[in-house]
Amino acid sequence: MAKTHVTMRVNGAEVEGLVEPRTLLVHFIRENLQMTGTHIGCDTTHCGACTVDLNGMSVKSCTVLAVQAEGAEISTIEGMANADGTLSALQEGFRMMHGLQCGFCTPGMIVRAHRLLQENTSPTEEEIRFGIAGNLCRCTGYQNIVRAIQYAAAKINGVEFQEAAE
Amino acid sequence: MIPGQFQYYRPATTAEAIGLMAKLGDDARPLAGGHSLIPMMKLRLATPEHLVDLHGIASLKGIRREGDRIVIGAMTTQHDLLASDEIAKMLPILHETSLLIADPQVRYMGTIGGNVANGDPGNDMPALMMTLGATYHLEGQGGVRQVPAAEFYQGAYFTALEPGEILTAIAVPTPAANHGYAYEKLKRKIGDYATAAAAVVLTMSGGKVATCSIGLTNLSETALLADEAAKAVIGTSLDDASLKRAAAAAEAIMSPAGDGRGSPEYRKYVGGIMVIRALQHAAARAK
Repeated sequence: MAKTHVTMRVNGAEVEGLVEPRTLLVHFIRENLQMTGTHIGCDTTHCGACTVDLNGMSVKSCTVLAVQAEGAEISTIEGMANADGTLSALQEGFRMMHGLQCGFCTPGMIVRAHRLLQENTSPTEEEIRFGIAGNLCRCTGYQNIVRAIQYAAAKINGVEFQEAAE
Repeated sequence: MIPGQFQYYRPATTAEAIGLMAKLGDDARPLAGGHSLIPMMKLRLATPEHLVDLHGIASLKGIRREGDRIVIGAMTTQHDLLASDEIAKMLPILHETSLLIADPQVRYMGTIGGNVANGDPGNDMPALMMTLGATYHLEGQGGVRQVPAAEFYQGAYFTALEPGEILTAIAVPTPAANHGYAYEKLKRKIGDYATAAAAVVLTMSGGKVATCSIGLTNLSETALLADEAAKAVIGTSLDDASLKRAAAAAEAIMSPAGDGRGSPEYRKYVGGIMVIRALQHAAARAK
């Protein structure tokens, strides 16, 4: 099958490659670009581990063809840290609030939460839970993931993070 | 999992897409958001030899008013619908239903055209479009046909789309300003298809139901319009007896499959409850 030439920007850098039309975006990112931070979990559009940011949208890259991303602007977990290499507010939040245990879902969680906070800078707990409904975590029970995102929102807004009363 | 091999095309205009579909024949499928088709291709439940990606066709996106109708381009995503003030104001049931479809990631990619054209009885939009009296624009080399949503669905994954045709837009008559609405969906967990769901659009006059339409999701091979159930409540104040009659009339036309979501008996039973809840919720919202 003839290969197709694709170009896109990934974490700010121009990338290109030759792919079969059936190549999934997640495979292009992991195998062609050798960026393995984006995980393949369920491979069936349920778990969200493969979430990347594509033209300002959170998408499950196991369900997007690489050819569909022609010309797109993509961010992955590798592009989430601050420009100087320090942890972003979200990464810091996941660390401080113990928002991960095994860590498998974390890249997708952080990339999704990044877009959520772009669209809603001060989400309520309910809005956070609804906003990450496409990402499954089998360790944390979500409790500390929600806290991590609340921590990041507070930091981005320049206010002190306060735990909600139990 | 990777799909089987296929050729990929990205036309820039509807005319080009229709030309490709006609030339490539039965082995071609249009690709909208891809969030039904690509998973089916990964599982080899669909094996198209040619994929015609509609994503690059700007004229297939967007929401516009045309007289007393709202016309929604087929490639408008669920996320676009949720972001639209016009939809929230004029067609709030569409906003409410979009929020109940899948999850945020899927809503960024999933389109209203793909949702209605796929013919999947589990999809939420077909019943809603039937309830709203929407019309689908189907475009092929012979021109444009306008087919009412209520006449579009023939069986699971079988629709009135002819080979070579593409669904390009959906025209929805603007409901009365004082209408009440509700989409009640029972599901096992967030993001799931409906165990049973009911859409209601009604108007009230002097405390009684003046007009009413009811649609049902995932309770048969296709979405259903529950005409007898709607008739059972017109002229009533939605007292208990009328609600029970409506639920019974709706249950009489349901023939759900038994699957992980429950037995046919259970799904019919909760389908009736969804009808009652949607009627009550819609009436409470009517002005």
